[in-house]
Amino acid sequence: MSSVPIQYFLVVAAALFVIGSVGFLLRRNLLVLLMSIELMLNAVNLTLVAYNRAQPLNLSATGTPVDHTGQILAFFVIAVAAAEAAVGLAIVLAFFRVRRSVRSDDADILRN
Amino acid sequence: MKTFELLFFGFCTLMVLLGGVVTVGAKNPIRGAMGLLGTIAGIAGMYLGLHAEFLAAVQFIVYAGAVVVLFLFVIMLLGPSATSPRDARTAIPRYFGAAVFVATAAAAMGVLIRAGTGPTTLAEAPAKLGTIEGLGHELFTKAVVPFELSGALLLIAVVGAVAVARGRQPDPTMLPAAEKVKQDAHHPPAATAVAQPSERARRELGAHGKDAS
Repeated sequence: MSSVPIQYFLVVAAALFVIGSVGFLLRRNLLVLLMSIELMLNAVNLTLVAYNRAQPLNLSATGTPVDHTGQILAFFVIAVAAAEAAVGLAIVLAFFRVRRSVRSDDADILRN
Repeated sequence: MKTFELLFFGFCTLMVLLGGVVTVGAKNPIRGAMGLLGTIAGIAGMYLGLHAEFLAAVQFIVYAGAVVVLFLFVIMLLGPSATSPRDARTAIPRYFGAAVFVATAAAAMGVLIRAGTGPTTLAEAPAKLGTIEGLGHELFTKAVVPFELSGALLLIAVVGAVAVARGRQPDPTMLPAAEKVKQDAHHPPAATAVAQPSERARRELGAHGKDAS
């Protein structure tokens, strides 16, 4: 039933995290920056769920037959990511209203 | 069964990595959002392979159904200016930073691979792992306080997003009294002209309502 080793999932998650952070460093479109953050959060979620699958079951401590800590953490990460996307996109809209641009380099009012 | 699972995993990996590259590399943000959608679908497939069925459904509903659609809405609101032109002003430091990061990550992965792998197959998963019943039981017993707090967080985020996105607009009810009088003086005939038909219409509507009842 479980023929795919856990390391494969971890390597994919690490590669996705690297792609997301490289996009965050390279791009200057605010929308693409937010999407890169979503990629990184997804990579972290994949790692959490993979470790939840791999860990030995905790039978005695809680009394429940299954331990879901990693999946619950991933669930909360999804909720926080949704809130972050909503607020981030609202900030992008407000920024666009001020500067007529979505380039992160244009956010320099405090510098000048 | 084994080959099918490996094939499915390979397909999901392809979707995840290709979607990520498209998201990061696309010049048009709409294409980037489509790449993000591909990544999300691939990750949901991987959740299925990891016995996290409920999370796979949540991933589709929240990410594909809400977050990506929100991105698309904002891209459409911005119109053509959502695509920012490329310029090479700070290209060298940015590419240097990205190259350093990629090199570090590749070195870390190389060290991990050289360190060897653990067991290549997993133990059989318990029946309730990742189902709504199993996850929900734990969510409402062990993690009930963070669960309620996440509801509060979402409410605050929605209110904050609306407040930030609307910006500062003059509230018609908060106008100074003098301006209100001036506005009324500007349009007195229009106001009465609107008021009379609406009054008549209301009476007619009332009559119809009485007939109907």
